[in-house]
Amino acid sequence: MDENQTNRIKQILLKIGHLVGLFIAMAIICLPGLWIVLSSLRPTVEIMAKPPVWIPESLSFDAYIAMFSGVGQGGIPVLDYFRNSIIISVTSTVIALAIGLAGGYAFARYRFRGKTAIFLGFMLTRTVPGIALSLPLFFVYAKLGIIDTHFGLIIAYVALNVPFTVWLIDGFFRQVPRDLAEAAQIDGCTRWQAFWQVEFPLARSGIASAGIFAFLISWNEFALASQLTRSTNSKTLPVGLLDYTAEFTIDWRGMCALAVVMIIPALTLTFIVQKHLVSGLTSGAVKG
Amino acid sequence: MRGWKPAPHVLLLLPAFVVLAAVVVVPLLLSLYSSFTPFRLTRPETIYTFIGFRNYLRLFADQEFWVAFGRTVLLLTIALNLEMVLGLFLALLVEKATRGQRLLRTIMMFPMMFSPILVGFQFKFMFNDNIGLVNNALQSLGLTDRAIPWLIDSHLAFTSILIAEIWSSTSVFAIFILAGLMAMPKEPLEAAKVDGCTPLQSFRYVTWPFIMPFAYIAMTIRSLDIARAYDIVKIMTDGGPAKRTEILWTLISRTAYSDARMGLANAMAYVAIFLSILFTILFFRQLAKARQQIGAEW
Repeated sequence: MDENQTNRIKQILLKIGHLVGLFIAMAIICLPGLWIVLSSLRPTVEIMAKPPVWIPESLSFDAYIAMFSGVGQGGIPVLDYFRNSIIISVTSTVIALAIGLAGGYAFARYRFRGKTAIFLGFMLTRTVPGIALSLPLFFVYAKLGIIDTHFGLIIAYVALNVPFTVWLIDGFFRQVPRDLAEAAQIDGCTRWQAFWQVEFPLARSGIASAGIFAFLISWNEFALASQLTRSTNSKTLPVGLLDYTAEFTIDWRGMCALAVVMIIPALTLTFIVQKHLVSGLTSGAVKG
Repeated sequence: MRGWKPAPHVLLLLPAFVVLAAVVVVPLLLSLYSSFTPFRLTRPETIYTFIGFRNYLRLFADQEFWVAFGRTVLLLTIALNLEMVLGLFLALLVEKATRGQRLLRTIMMFPMMFSPILVGFQFKFMFNDNIGLVNNALQSLGLTDRAIPWLIDSHLAFTSILIAEIWSSTSVFAIFILAGLMAMPKEPLEAAKVDGCTPLQSFRYVTWPFIMPFAYIAMTIRSLDIARAYDIVKIMTDGGPAKRTEILWTLISRTAYSDARMGLANAMAYVAIFLSILFTILFFRQLAKARQQIGAEW
């Protein structure tokens, strides 16, 4: 009886400890983001107040309205940056996906010499830090005259994304049994038809998540964009964020608002694919 | 030659090869060459002067470079280890939760959606000595009455960067370890319990070996995008104060674009690339080893 009771207390204590731990961990994860959202809605005076104002007295969407009304606050052309970001991310994602689809299918379905070495080689190109790559690209682009253009950034991002899309798509095609395509071919499909009508639909959701992954990388990229863009012609949102930093002052509210605008597409897209993302990366890598 | 067709896998891999060669390999060869010249952007003709290993020799004698190098390795080592441990705890906490696991998993992924530049900005905002959340909270709670110069003091600035880095990437580890925990069969754990293992023992000898490959995948991915540190440092301190938080990548970009010494910067970049490749190979090998250990299950 006594032992039972101590055991029970121990159980309850463990449970409480677990809940408290969970709560603290989740609070640490959520707090910075919530703080940014809150700050974007408060007037600047409140952000700057000393002593700090904890409970906001007035909330407004002024910062967002200012950002998207024509030139934007302080003359920062957020709309142009937004358009550039969308054009560059979407185009580079589509191209990277097409290339990754071909490459990933080759890795998953064909046997050839040096397969592992080629796969590793693809991955190694991804280890080159963006800033190290930006030096020669800057030079080459300057020679070709494609600095500060959409085109230049798009092909750079395609190259950045291809290794990962190959890795992910390879993993998804491995999950589709080989026999299905063979059966289809026996039934009279061409190889292409077997791929397009049998294997592709089965791997489709995985491929979509690879695309979203690629989109997010392009959407968030900063190191290359900061060197290869110059003006509203091609500046993307991450680079535009720096516009809010003047020499000595920072427009915190405007920056917070832009941060929220940047995070919303990323947030929605990641929610959609979270399950596939993990399963794709692990199946490709663990099963080898 | 009519009727000759290349093997299908060659055709399929060709586009990937072409893009990677054009955008990564060829420019890198170019930068390898230019690291042997005193190339300056302002004087394009200097690219034709060959000076052998002089850039590299200068680097190896340059104290500033070695300090930045050491700091980068230190940052990565501390960050990766802490991320691994914290990610493990986070994954275990979430796995033990009986209700609302889906919601918890979603929240756990939250930091992954923040681009590194946003993470840098957000922590710069929170660690601001005057209006930042951290100082405001500390002062309101009465823990300190002066403003702590988080991003201005050299040691604190390094710690702040470390915190930002860990906040943003712990979830990568947590997610993969959680995936491993959920894929794990329950029988071995029960068998260990029957055989009289303490929870700690069964974790050490049953659970850990099983989830190790998953942790190494996370390690590999992290080592691939390890240059994220550039964005965060660039925004938070830009290498300051007085170069006390200068890491390799901020040093490279400063040398290349502010000082316009491309040749020297390319030499540095090669050292940085070498470092990245080293980290990646290290984790790939660990991954292979861990995979072998539990080979039967996979």
